[in-house]
Amino acid sequence: MALLELDRVGARYGPVHALHDVSLTVREGEVVAVLGANGAGKTTTLRAISGTVSRSGTIELEGKAVKGGPEVAAKAGIAHVPEGRGTFVDLTVIENLKLGAYTRRHGSVKADIARIAEYFPWIAERGGQRAGTLSGGEQQMLALGRALMSRPRLLLLDEPSLGLAPMVVREFFRIVRELNEKEGLTVLVVEQDAKIALKASARAYVLEVGRVALTGASDELRSDESIRKSYLGY
Amino acid sequence: MTARTTRIIGFVAFAAFVAFVAVLPSFIGDFKAREYSYVGIYLIALLGLNILTGYTGQISLGHGAFMAIGGYTTAILMAGNEQFGGPISGGMKDVWTLPIAGLVAGLVGLAFGIPALRLSGLYLALATFAIAVAMPSTAKRFEEFTGGGSGIQLFGTPELTGSISNVEIFGLSFSPNDWMYYLAWSIALVAFAVAWLILRGRTGRAFRAVRDSEIAAVSSGVSLARYKTLAFAISAAYAGVAGGLFVIASAFINPDAFPVALSIYLLVGIVVGGLGGLSGLVFGAIFIAFLPLWAQGQDLGSLLPDRIIAETQKPGGPAMVYGIVLILLMFAIPNGVGGLFRRIGQLISSRRYSRAK
Amino acid sequence: MIVAAFSDFMQQVVSGLASGGIYALLALALVIIHRSTGVINFAQGEMATFSAYIAWTLTVNHGLSYWPAFVACLAISFGGGVGIHRVVIRPVERGSVLRIVIVTIGLLVGINGFVIWEWGGEPQQLRSPFGTETYDVGGVIVAAHDIGTIAVALGIVLLLWLLFRFTKVGLALRAVAVNPDEARLVGVRVTWMLALGWGLAATLGAVAGMLTAPTVGLDPQMMQAVLIYAFAAAVLGGIDSPIGAVVGGLLLGVLLNMLSYLSQYGAFDWFTEELRLPAALLIILVVLLVKPTGIFGRPEVKRV
Repeated sequence: MALLELDRVGARYGPVHALHDVSLTVREGEVVAVLGANGAGKTTTLRAISGTVSRSGTIELEGKAVKGGPEVAAKAGIAHVPEGRGTFVDLTVIENLKLGAYTRRHGSVKADIARIAEYFPWIAERGGQRAGTLSGGEQQMLALGRALMSRPRLLLLDEPSLGLAPMVVREFFRIVRELNEKEGLTVLVVEQDAKIALKASARAYVLEVGRVALTGASDELRSDESIRKSYLGY
Repeated sequence: MTARTTRIIGFVAFAAFVAFVAVLPSFIGDFKAREYSYVGIYLIALLGLNILTGYTGQISLGHGAFMAIGGYTTAILMAGNEQFGGPISGGMKDVWTLPIAGLVAGLVGLAFGIPALRLSGLYLALATFAIAVAMPSTAKRFEEFTGGGSGIQLFGTPELTGSISNVEIFGLSFSPNDWMYYLAWSIALVAFAVAWLILRGRTGRAFRAVRDSEIAAVSSGVSLARYKTLAFAISAAYAGVAGGLFVIASAFINPDAFPVALSIYLLVGIVVGGLGGLSGLVFGAIFIAFLPLWAQGQDLGSLLPDRIIAETQKPGGPAMVYGIVLILLMFAIPNGVGGLFRRIGQLISSRRYSRAK
Repeated sequence: MIVAAFSDFMQQVVSGLASGGIYALLALALVIIHRSTGVINFAQGEMATFSAYIAWTLTVNHGLSYWPAFVACLAISFGGGVGIHRVVIRPVERGSVLRIVIVTIGLLVGINGFVIWEWGGEPQQLRSPFGTETYDVGGVIVAAHDIGTIAVALGIVLLLWLLFRFTKVGLALRAVAVNPDEARLVGVRVTWMLALGWGLAATLGAVAGMLTAPTVGLDPQMMQAVLIYAFAAAVLGGIDSPIGAVVGGLLLGVLLNMLSYLSQYGAFDWFTEELRLPAALLIILVVLLVKPTGIFGRPEVKRV
């Protein structure tokens, strides 16, 4: 069954339409990539899902319509890691993680922090440090950790590779895949870097000026040279 | 609309306004002319404040203090402060003190503008607010200059001003009220024209560049320090002239003549008038001069039930109405009266444009 | 002689700490609102005056004894603060800073008008819960009200610190102050948190108002000077730093009393009571020019 279903979703910033009729599906336990050039509407797609832009069309999570602002989406189990490391720079690492569990009513926050520290061992010893003093890579990891704290049904990642060293990016995606394989985490990732995103995902959608131009299994897209050249630019 | 037709409309509107100002006293009567002279005085102060806040983006909550500096300059030059032990003997005619009032306030503004360079946004608002609050008690403290708490009277020197007794100019006899009205409004209209000339040229562009993005302004070669302090100086000079006129009109100054509330109301005036525009400021000035009276139910008597009028005339009632009106205005016309006008203008011109298509 | 001078000095320190505690509470209210919304609430002083009148009318006209009235007043003030945010501030929150400033000025004028309209302009007497006794502690005469004021101020600060540091709501409030967009993404209802901030600020103001009234007399203008001192305290400590507001407030209270004290003994003899307010403003100016972020503030990063 489809976990997330977008049916002809449009979105706009004031009078400017950034998204036209985007339809896509993410199945339970899948990693799906959204690719495309700058301004193709990748980030807007995620924003439409989490409700940070005004949108049209229908968005369903587990068959239930997602309506309202990001608070509602967060409560429904959508964790959005926004572009450019979404951390609270003035708060400590632990406080950032605790905020991730804000919407949750059940389960131990402490136990979850311990679980997340297994993926990011440095968290255990640097929990009291202000997030703003972390390196770019560490902040991105923390943002991921914070998203996991909500025990999300669906994780949205927006350009996680932005401004990070290639080694850090590889490590980040390795963890995402591990989470997917071990815990069955469902991920929708938006990426500029098509190469790494196709490697990490099972399926992908390619957006062009606010529309889905192309979709398919990541392996196939990767091996098709003409697609790579014309859409993915590598 | 092309730029040229806009400008012609602007000129015609200005000329019509000048004519309106010139004939108004014969319709409203002598006593009301005095009240309307305060509108002119506030307009001058608002023009100055708008150059600083509306065009350069520096919030000042202390323009009443610059008005006070101008006011004291005028009062001291006219009446002197020897009677309190100060050094100045006075005796200057009222009109001639105004340029000096503007100059002194402008210099103080310049002096304040330099340290103010380090402050932005609300910090500057707070710092200027501090000056407005400190002014009255500072004036009281330096008694030998300012006459302390009891202030300076100008009633003793009727030969220096037309504000107290009739004067003849070019063979025309003016009552004190008419004289005050025409003095205030001729200076206000000149001040308006000067502000327009400053703002339409290079300097005005530099001011707006500073307001819209300091970083972009610097990278296109605009000297931040120069234009920010210049705006402060011009703005304070306007306030100084307004303050001088204010003192001539009331023939009296003391530390409480320019309270903190005045500084606040000036800011209110430019926001109501519309930031970054000039013509709307006339409404801002009317708002400052008359809303306190309207809030007491004056002139509006028949519009509201007597019971409500009676309630609002209790002590505190007018202030309550004033506060509520202010908040409602910010809800209703976020860009002030000037913004409302521009909006209407845009609607008209865009309709015309689409019809031509 | 020296002993007398010392006990006099200590007396000034204690009463300075008491007035400083009040400045600190109001400064804290300003800081809470400024941190979360970037707005300086010019109506903070009038809101506090209003609360003090509520406490007065509860004790005098409704026959409540002091502490129940105190608690009821805090609750009413909290509700009032939340209400003000929901009704008046929220509609203009996304607009320009200047618009919000004008709205808070409208509140200042309107609330002041309402207080005069409802309760009249004549000063009233709100009694101190700590009585008017004075104690002799080793030669230093201290007023019970001063000690009570310091205790209440520090108690409130402690409670607030516990709230911010150890509760989920406190964490959410801080998150909203750091980054409201992010906070929404993790599920925090930002507008309610902002309203809560206004409620807390109004409550702090209420305490400040109720502690000020017994010494200066309850009148519609009583918090206007206190608001300026609170501004000075907040700027001195760093306008975004709660700790700074507290330290700044206490420091300012003692500092201003020291100036009066020293001027009695010949030093700073130019200093008179009229200059108390300008001295506070001079502090604002000097701090803003020398270190705009205050003692505890962190520099703000300018975005292009």
